[in-house]
Amino acid sequence: MTLMDSPTPLAPGIGLASSEPVTDWVRVCDVADLEVERGRAALLGDAQIALFLLHDGRVHAVSNFDPYSRANVISRGIVGSRADRPTVASPMYKQVFDLRTGACLDTQGKEPMSLPTWPVAVDGRRVLVQSVSQ
Amino acid sequence: MRFTATSRKHNADEGATPDAYGNAMTTDGDDTRIVVAGAGMVAHRFLESLLSRGGPEWRVTLIGDEPRHPYDRVGLTSFFAGSSPDDLELERAHVDDERVRFLRGDTVARIDRAASRVTTRSGVSVAYDHLVLATGSYAARLAVDGYDHDGCFVYRTLDDVESLEAFVRRRSAELGRPLVGTVIGGGLLGLEAAGALQGLEVDCTVVQSSDRLMSAQLDRPAGDALRRLIEARGIRVETESVTTRLDADRSGQVIGLEFRDGTYAQTDVVVFTVGVRPRDELARGAELDVHPRGGVVIDAACRTSDPRISAIGEVANFDGMCVGLVAPGYAMAEVAATRLLGGVAAFPGYDLSTKLKLSGVDVASFGDAFAETSGALDVVYADPVAGVYKKLVLSDDAKTLLGGILVGDASAYGSLRPLVGGALGGDPVAYLVPSGGVAASTGELPDAALVCSCNSVTAGTIRTAVHEQGCTDVSAVKSCTKAGAACGSCVMMVKQIVGAELAKSGAALSTALCEHFELSRRELFDAVRVSGLSTFSAVIARFGTGRGCDICKPVLASILSTLTGTHVLDGENATLQDTNDHVMANLQKDGSYSVVPRIPGGEVTPEGLLVIGEVARDFGLYTKITGGQRIDMFGARLEQLPDIWRRLVDAGFESGHAYGKSLRTVKSCVGSTWCRFGVQDAVGLAVQLELRYRGLRSPHKLKLGVSGCARECAEARGKDVGVIATEAGWNMYIGGNGGFTPRHAVLLAEGLDDDELLTAIDRFLMYYVFTADRLQRTAPWFEALDGGIDGLRGVIFDDRLGICADLDAAMARHVDTYEDEWRATLDDPEKLRRFASFVNAPTTPDPSLAYTAERGQPRPATDAERLGSGVPIAGTTLEVRR
Repeated sequence: MTLMDSPTPLAPGIGLASSEPVTDWVRVCDVADLEVERGRAALLGDAQIALFLLHDGRVHAVSNFDPYSRANVISRGIVGSRADRPTVASPMYKQVFDLRTGACLDTQGKEPMSLPTWPVAVDGRRVLVQSVSQ
Repeated sequence: MRFTATSRKHNADEGATPDAYGNAMTTDGDDTRIVVAGAGMVAHRFLESLLSRGGPEWRVTLIGDEPRHPYDRVGLTSFFAGSSPDDLELERAHVDDERVRFLRGDTVARIDRAASRVTTRSGVSVAYDHLVLATGSYAARLAVDGYDHDGCFVYRTLDDVESLEAFVRRRSAELGRPLVGTVIGGGLLGLEAAGALQGLEVDCTVVQSSDRLMSAQLDRPAGDALRRLIEARGIRVETESVTTRLDADRSGQVIGLEFRDGTYAQTDVVVFTVGVRPRDELARGAELDVHPRGGVVIDAACRTSDPRISAIGEVANFDGMCVGLVAPGYAMAEVAATRLLGGVAAFPGYDLSTKLKLSGVDVASFGDAFAETSGALDVVYADPVAGVYKKLVLSDDAKTLLGGILVGDASAYGSLRPLVGGALGGDPVAYLVPSGGVAASTGELPDAALVCSCNSVTAGTIRTAVHEQGCTDVSAVKSCTKAGAACGSCVMMVKQIVGAELAKSGAALSTALCEHFELSRRELFDAVRVSGLSTFSAVIARFGTGRGCDICKPVLASILSTLTGTHVLDGENATLQDTNDHVMANLQKDGSYSVVPRIPGGEVTPEGLLVIGEVARDFGLYTKITGGQRIDMFGARLEQLPDIWRRLVDAGFESGHAYGKSLRTVKSCVGSTWCRFGVQDAVGLAVQLELRYRGLRSPHKLKLGVSGCARECAEARGKDVGVIATEAGWNMYIGGNGGFTPRHAVLLAEGLDDDELLTAIDRFLMYYVFTADRLQRTAPWFEALDGGIDGLRGVIFDDRLGICADLDAAMARHVDTYEDEWRATLDDPEKLRRFASFVNAPTTPDPSLAYTAERGQPRPATDAERLGSGVPIAGTTLEVRR
């Protein structure tokens, strides 16, 4: 298994102790389903996430919910960069978020709010996202 | 200096032992002791101004007779709209500052100037190095019999409004009916009080002794216009009506009023708003100079006849006048604080500008509203039907704004008031006619001019951000000042100011598009054209850095579209597009889209209308007629768009560009084919123009209009290109727009035939596309050209730059390569893949979408409705008509 861009290591045993949060890697789609530097929305259980394939082959997953407009639109934003940070700009009010951390880099004068992120692994052609549930 | 305040809360014995506070102070031998008598808004401002600039040596004793923290008295009326007393409280930090002792519910009873001490009613004695009188005013009542019956109120303090409200509720319950009320005094406060009473369901009449409402601020025609607005709101107005007596029933409750002309009116509640009387008795007792008509006399430094005592706010009499407005009081507070801090400041005199805070009634008066300056000129605009009266007062050369009155539409108040005393910069009529649009050159804006009205940011604040906070571009200024951060309408104005300020300091406003391109849009356009590059990756590799962003990518998409004529979703192009261009529909607030079928010239067959109706019905869309003579269908989900287009395409429609930086519509009147007055076929030309320029990508949106005669029913002069028919041919106007800064188009050429007109429009549009800045509309673009409109004529008609062949060729390529972008998408499975709602559930609707019905159509549910307030909510399948 080739793992790329997995900010946290894979859980050694999936769903071990019941008192710990149970994490699971979910296959969401194939890399070929994604378009370089354009987002796609995906359902991860009840959560709506936005997947982004970058030109270097990395895949990032952030929440599709834009906290500023309160609509699920992040996947439809324009991908770009701020210095060396990969970014997406919300299509609604143009706040810019760091795709790796979800941090808001340009609040457009509003209070900072960030996007939740999910760990992503690319295994060959498959895109896996780590889903966390109690 | 030594702090020797002494206190005995329950004992009037002066000179008692120092209290803990006093002891603490005596440990520091250099304190400056300030006593402020009064704790209203002006006292609060003084405190704020002094403490924010002064050091730890300042010790302030604030003494206020209301048992509350200082609050916003101007906002009193909002109490009736549901504000609590806490909402009205002013910033507490200044009162809670450790340098401040606040004696509330107490009042200064005596000043002993020889001993430099004040004594309060409760017996506290406080020594001062400087005393500030900010005792304000009493609300006056009429000196007529019965002024103090039960049910008679004044309107000044929170206690006043609380007891007024309690009385109205109790009395109305007793009588078992809504009350009849009378407000005596038809000034600013009287109208607010009447609005407040009306909010309590009191049937209300305003009684005014002079011939018009707000006679201190308004002239007769303005007063009359205001009267109509007030009466339209359901409040009766009696002018030239003088109250002579108030009657009570046996229990002492007010029941009626008698007027000088012998008439009598029944009333259950009376509010006096007949002006204020300065609370100057302290000063009189201390033998300070007091004006015969009341008020402590002050000089421009706000000093009384004793230099160790200042007076500020309504109690102060400057130049023979006391004024009951907060703004001059604030100005005095700043002057007094600055002087104490060793600075130089002088009160410039009263600014009597006011704005009525009564919902639905827009009134403002500012500067020399009565044109009392010698030689002053009036410019008046009145529309009695719309209830609008506006007057600007100008200097004798009509160049300097002296003042004005706005009734019915005071939206220009924020922009005009700061211009008082300065050059108006432009035709005064422009300030009066359009609602709110002010096209003043920003270079002349005074520092006080409000640029961003959403966040109250002035030109001065923006200039400071540039000069003192090192902001060098609009986005830095936006983060620093919040200018333009709300609605964004003022961003171009902010940009102009930043540019002008940078130029002053020798720097230039960077024309770089963004962090990825040093080039401006125009330079980038030329670079792409000359290099012949045709993809974003190639362009950014050669001329830029990084991976682009939401600014440079759409610009490149637009440039490449003009130069290569490829489909917006072809290859890498697709990733450059804003979401609207990417899905070829208009994003709405909940993440759904609207679809606007193209209806060139607004001409649509009955069959076409039926198809649009069926599509809207079958997909559950909200429909609305747009301003551009089309039909907008809202609430379409991403995954529904191709199905909707298919239905439209099959019926002979294409979807339309109601989005994007591109041609929107060509609006037209019905023209000579039907109209008795039309001289040329306006619809035919509009259809021809829309089909010619549809899909043209440009630096900003483009709108065109065609009118069939000089009556101009198509409002073509509000468009980027306006064509107006005459017997002699077409007249072509350019540079009009609506929006934040409305502009009328100006005449470019007259009497053109069809071919000449098309050539002129082709060249105008393409020259604009080639050379304009990002988000620069046609008006500011042509004004910035060398030679302005004459220069533009030279380029278009005389080929002075030798580029007409290029412009013509570029437009010919656009016209030849135009394809129905929606049909092309339907024919391409690769492009269609983008319209999946979820990559792992392509047809599942976004589960967060929720709708409710309003006036028989769906609309997005609000957050409150989603949380369950009893309003029926549906997911994505709300049916409202079946």
